[in-house]
Amino acid sequence: MVENRPVLRFIHHLTLIAGVVAVAFPLYVTFIASTHSLESILSVPMPLLPGDQLWANYSQVLTAGSTRGAQAPVGAMMWNSLVMALAIALGKIAISLISAFAIIYFRFPLRNFFFWMIFVTLMLPVEVRIIPTFKVVSDLGMLDSYVGLTLPLIASATATFLFRQFFMTIPDELVEAARIDGAGPLRFFWDVVVPLSKTSMAALFVIQFIYGWNQYLWPLLITTDEKMYTVVIGIKRMIVGGDALTEWNLVMATAMLALIPPALVVILMQKWFVKGLVETEK
Amino acid sequence: MADISLHAVTKRFGDNEVLHPLDVAIGDGEFVVMVGPSGCGKSTLLRIIAGLEEATTGEVRIGGRRVNEVEPKDRNIAMVFQNYALYPHMSVRDNMAYGLKIRKLPSAEIDARVERAAGILELGPYLARKPRELSGGQRQRVAMGRAIVREPAAFLFDEPLSNLDAKLRVQMRLEIQKLHRSLGTTSVFVTHDQVEAMTLADRMLVMNAGTVEQVGAPLTVYDDPASTFVAGFIGSPAMNLVPGRRVGDGVEVGSGLEFPLPEALRSTARAAVTVGVRPEHLVVSSAGSVAGPALAFRVDSVESLGADSLLHGSAAGASFVVRVDGHQAPQPGASLTLSPKPGRVYFFDTPSGRRLAG
Amino acid sequence: MEKRVVFRSSWLPYLLVAPQIAITVVFFFWPAFQAVFYSFFLQDAFGTQSQFVGLANFAELFRSESYLNSIRVTAVFSTLVTVMGLAVALALAVAADGILRGALAYKTLLIWPYAVASAVAGVLFAFLFAPSVGIISYVLRGMGVDWNWVLRGEQAMLLVVIATVWKQISYNFLFFLAGLQAIPRSLIEAAAIDGAGPVRRFWTIVFPLLSPTTFFLLVVNIVHAFFDTFGVIDATTQGGPAGATQILVYKVYYDGVKAADLGGSSAQSVVLMAIVIALTVVQFRYIERRVQY
Repeated sequence: MVENRPVLRFIHHLTLIAGVVAVAFPLYVTFIASTHSLESILSVPMPLLPGDQLWANYSQVLTAGSTRGAQAPVGAMMWNSLVMALAIALGKIAISLISAFAIIYFRFPLRNFFFWMIFVTLMLPVEVRIIPTFKVVSDLGMLDSYVGLTLPLIASATATFLFRQFFMTIPDELVEAARIDGAGPLRFFWDVVVPLSKTSMAALFVIQFIYGWNQYLWPLLITTDEKMYTVVIGIKRMIVGGDALTEWNLVMATAMLALIPPALVVILMQKWFVKGLVETEK
Repeated sequence: MADISLHAVTKRFGDNEVLHPLDVAIGDGEFVVMVGPSGCGKSTLLRIIAGLEEATTGEVRIGGRRVNEVEPKDRNIAMVFQNYALYPHMSVRDNMAYGLKIRKLPSAEIDARVERAAGILELGPYLARKPRELSGGQRQRVAMGRAIVREPAAFLFDEPLSNLDAKLRVQMRLEIQKLHRSLGTTSVFVTHDQVEAMTLADRMLVMNAGTVEQVGAPLTVYDDPASTFVAGFIGSPAMNLVPGRRVGDGVEVGSGLEFPLPEALRSTARAAVTVGVRPEHLVVSSAGSVAGPALAFRVDSVESLGADSLLHGSAAGASFVVRVDGHQAPQPGASLTLSPKPGRVYFFDTPSGRRLAG
Repeated sequence: MEKRVVFRSSWLPYLLVAPQIAITVVFFFWPAFQAVFYSFFLQDAFGTQSQFVGLANFAELFRSESYLNSIRVTAVFSTLVTVMGLAVALALAVAADGILRGALAYKTLLIWPYAVASAVAGVLFAFLFAPSVGIISYVLRGMGVDWNWVLRGEQAMLLVVIATVWKQISYNFLFFLAGLQAIPRSLIEAAAIDGAGPVRRFWTIVFPLLSPTTFFLLVVNIVHAFFDTFGVIDATTQGGPAGATQILVYKVYYDGVKAADLGGSSAQSVVLMAIVIALTVVQFRYIERRVQY
């Protein structure tokens, strides 16, 4: 820092600690609630120290679900979430990588038209075209299926832009050297572009995994079968309305299970996460 | 190995003709340097030979075969780039072997060639490293190794030394020379640095604004520049070029300084003539003892380079630079009498810039 | 920017863009086109007959008190979310930028809410603030606040704003911190030598230099508040009580899915598309301008 001011630094630390506490408090309460029986949570005020029902609550939701709301086991829901998150993340990376490659490394009629088509999807988030998109998926017979859950979400302008941006930074001479070495476009793609794009792919994977895992509106619309619920939908379905009727202990255990995988991804892959966030916004 | 020839080649980007029709013939085993300022078209010409650009018109032949329609990989050439263009994720060994693998050479043959090239370039200890773990000079050597293993008909160098520091550049220059002596492969080398051109070339092509100004051995070009552009570009510091007026059998420069025209040039010289003298061809003489033109030179400033000193000043109202021995430099403000060495005064037609010929 | 050298093939590039274009056409353009199409029609309750009504759906929309209310709610909601989210995140980022040790630990502890689904964030806060059993409700009651967001519109609004801000802080924090760290130290040092204290330095040097980041976050947060908060609302108030938290996106969903009003919902979709396009244009202008820096 420019000058040494202990008081200022103290204020800074104080601000940060207050921020960390405020951010963490809901998580703490969630965790506590997931370790108690419903009765002890409903006794106002609820306890603020861990209880002894941790195992009971988590094994209950993982294998059987709640008793009053959705009764599908959360274990299966987490599997669905994982499938959805992975399919969306990997699918987006795959189709964006090849379309960006085509747009950067080829000149062909309609190239700009395709680019603009992809660009325009930025302006059409699923939230604004809910009903017709639902109809299309329903007409294609994709309701309550993994394909229906994932395919409509894997076209992504941001991922295509990210790769396009990255390809721009690959020196022209590298393509020229590869061409003189005798590499055709696909060979160049596999041998040079894919290995060089690894960090961009990792960054994008983190962001898109979280995006896929946390999808709400879309699975809400197209899943009616409890077997196809993702965990985020499952939580919502466990809330049956009315404070005292909801099995908050089970809901909170499910919430912990819903947020731990993406939170771990963010914390463990922090470097890629930050890179991904910053770069997808360019 | 092969000769390379270009016939009436032009290149147009949109409405902009960057290469005017030009013919170049490069002999088998020859080391030709294309030199010129940035934007003169030298790199474009090299890329046309490589097949990375298409000639708008004209014909390119390598080893007698027309290659206009041939892909770069099938032209049997190798190229060394200014920024090395090494594949960052591959080891030195894989960088060198990549082109051979694509050509599906037997792996024993690939290993042998890579080892041989690594031996020549002293890259043996670095074969397992990634490019980012190498110094600039080593990277440049890997780029050359990648070219050597291909055993091509011709090497194309696109400003390969420009990203190196001054000391390394000298060293690499010598290595390229040595390499060419031992391999004898036809080489085309593009640079903007006239020192590289002078030291490396069997023949050099001096280019300016999309045309070839002069072709010749380095010393020939130095001794007999064909135009003011070549005279100013080749040689350091640049030749003194002073515009003058035809007066009788001589050319008057500044106020009353006259250079006599050789007899052979008197019929061709028109009213505006530019006089050129290299800084190293002006010698300090004692007044009165000079046969030819004597320049009353006043020193404005002195640059000491060690072995030499450069004197900046003027004579008869025109500016000159003079190269003298490093330890015999006068002080600024001194007055000297200078005379050009006999036969070392050049005359150019001012409007066209062409050298006057008899 | 264009590549100098490109590959040549008459079919390969089409094959490479085909998957993305196919998905884009089937799941983006076709539905968007249908939304526009349906917005000009009136359907009966069973979806069997439809009648072209021109702009009547739009006209009705802007006459409808509940839609106008939804616009007001959205404006209040996005303003609160953006202002609060940016202010808190900026304070935290400035603090994190101003300390020597532990910045990385604080950063790690502050960024994880990004990973929480907005619906889950909604559930968390619904529980904390649950009128009868919520721990914070208990504290509020102890302080004499009559807390019941199930019945009180302004409390419901406060709840969804807090849940949204909580989730959005990590994003804003990261960008502010990156922006702060991109400001050359030499500028701060020059100002310090000129005698400017920390507070003055912040307002006269740091804050102006941070304005591109701030503007960027402003747009992103508005977009977020408009479109990505569906989960928060649906998991907590479901637009209630009495439409007090029914933002535009929620109303499209409610009218289309729950009330099965295809024409009205489509007209709302078209209005939303216009809003996204406007926001995208603003964002794009910003990017263009940033390129010029």
